[in-house]
Amino acid sequence: MNDDTPAIEVNDLTVAYREKPVLWDVDLTVPRGVLMAIVGPNGAGKSTLIKAMLGLVRAAAGEVLVHGRPYAEQRRQVAYVPQRGSVDWDFPTSVLDVVMMGCYGQLGWLRRPGKRERESAMAALGQVAMQDFADRQISQLSGGQQQRVFLARALVQNAGLYLMDEPFQGVDAKTERAIVSVLQQLRADGKTVVVVHHDLETVPEYFDSVLLLNVRRIASGPVGEVFTEENLRLTYGGRAPLLQRSAVRGPRLLDDTDPVTHMAAD
Amino acid sequence: MSFWTDYTLQIVALGAAALGLTSGALGSFAVLRKQSLLGDAISHAALPGIALAFLLTGSKAPLVLVLGAAVAGWIGTLVVMRIVNATRNKEDSALGIVLAVFFGFGLVLLTLIQKRPDASQAGLDRFLFGQAATLLQRDVILISVLGGIALLVSAVFWKEFKLLAFDPEFATSIGLPVRLLDVILTSVLVLSIVIGLQTVGVVLMSAMVVAPAAAARQWTDRLGRMVLLAGGFGALAGVSGAVISSAAQHVPTGPTIVLCLTALVVVSMAFAPTRGLVWEGVRQARNRRTLHMHSVLADLQALALQHPEQEHGHATAVLEIVHPGALHELKALEQRGWARRRGDDWAITPAGRAEAATHGRGPDYEEER
Repeated sequence: MNDDTPAIEVNDLTVAYREKPVLWDVDLTVPRGVLMAIVGPNGAGKSTLIKAMLGLVRAAAGEVLVHGRPYAEQRRQVAYVPQRGSVDWDFPTSVLDVVMMGCYGQLGWLRRPGKRERESAMAALGQVAMQDFADRQISQLSGGQQQRVFLARALVQNAGLYLMDEPFQGVDAKTERAIVSVLQQLRADGKTVVVVHHDLETVPEYFDSVLLLNVRRIASGPVGEVFTEENLRLTYGGRAPLLQRSAVRGPRLLDDTDPVTHMAAD
Repeated sequence: MSFWTDYTLQIVALGAAALGLTSGALGSFAVLRKQSLLGDAISHAALPGIALAFLLTGSKAPLVLVLGAAVAGWIGTLVVMRIVNATRNKEDSALGIVLAVFFGFGLVLLTLIQKRPDASQAGLDRFLFGQAATLLQRDVILISVLGGIALLVSAVFWKEFKLLAFDPEFATSIGLPVRLLDVILTSVLVLSIVIGLQTVGVVLMSAMVVAPAAAARQWTDRLGRMVLLAGGFGALAGVSGAVISSAAQHVPTGPTIVLCLTALVVVSMAFAPTRGLVWEGVRQARNRRTLHMHSVLADLQALALQHPEQEHGHATAVLEIVHPGALHELKALEQRGWARRRGDDWAITPAGRAEAATHGRGPDYEEER
């Protein structure tokens, strides 16, 4: 396989729930080895884009190529971290058990996870500082711990491409640090990571690439080139108050009259 | 005891145990997938299938009737899915519609059958509320074989079914054929329901799916143990109900089994460790007392700070003004060495002051912050 083929290539992707399009004619190329954030206002189709890439929602038109081939042939190469609110955490199972679910794809039919799977699950839990929680019932976890368990489950898959849906949503500081260190480790290992992200302020710090999305693709590429005031305005449109609210988290921005300018210069 | 000598009773108990084991174990998956009501829709939808199978074949052979029930139950499930996908109705409405329409149709067919002059129709109405006493050896063999198939399938697809129940989107993302697995799991659920209809009846069969699983969930936090326990509960309730109803005359089995299930569920809801309501209540009462005790301690601390001489005591009556019943808490504080009594006067001790400074969160409080 040619190493120059992009990790993801999306061509003319359109997704509609009933009549209203959620994604309209999106073209996107994600080069290998990048750490990309997907940002955009609520309802911009960020999660839908990831789910469409994974075949979880049906596209009305368009195609998704992973490493140059249709996604259906490349499932082993892709690991998915869903939003943690998408499952019932009162399910009767343990942390280790959930992480081992990441092995089910490789295991195949009839085979039960064994010693090897347990070891790789423990190693993944170590990477997110959750090894002491292996035997815990999952309902006893905090939100941040749940997020780290989902991350560990994806690490077990040992894929080339990671798609994460809002991993930073409402997590504690310790979890945020753990996720960032995992992201950096993944990039150091040459993996491609695409993350739906909601905190504009941390985009330049955590990521090297960004996709600005609002139903259509506004811009995508290296953060230094496309994460500009102009593009953010195009993405968030007339909803400037929304932009300000999400940007004034850091005290540095509080006394700035135009957070967008500040951030773009960051 | 007639049970060990009465062959009929043994047959009845065996059949009830097999169907209880199956529906309890498979019901665990239904409950965890939040499909408890699907069992109700399937069992009600099976009634017209039983009636039609008899009308078409003229036979009351158990295999024929169970097959009719299974086909109708499956069609009912498909209609539910179709309504949810094709219209804006939510799943609960779809289940309600299917349950009522199919069951109503089944009742009409049953009435028509009963009006027929020949005697061959007798006994189909036992499928409404169940009549364990009518179980014959051939019925029990059929129940055991079909139940065994259902259990075997869930053992074979154990890890896939677990992931399907916990996180179907993730299952899709790693390439599992989720739709096919859903069809297989629903099929074995249908199977586990239709084998119980003659014994428990279409009206109450869903209790055999939901109640054992709900009771089992109270006692364990692991899926494997939950499924085993639910199977055991189902078998226990099935056998008790079937034996009781067979011993008494004209008592339908379904309601008897449901009463046994109710007892299991009530005990589990109340007394299961950690999840039981009784222990939950005990924990809350203990927390309330600790909280109350610490607020009395805080009062003592506040009073002590108003006096230059901090060992100065305060009368019980004074403390009772703010905290009715404070004497009880004061004694508890004295036991812990946090307060000291002199006659009717109370004073906070140095250890008590240290405790009060942490606001009752214990010595780790500072570190946590």
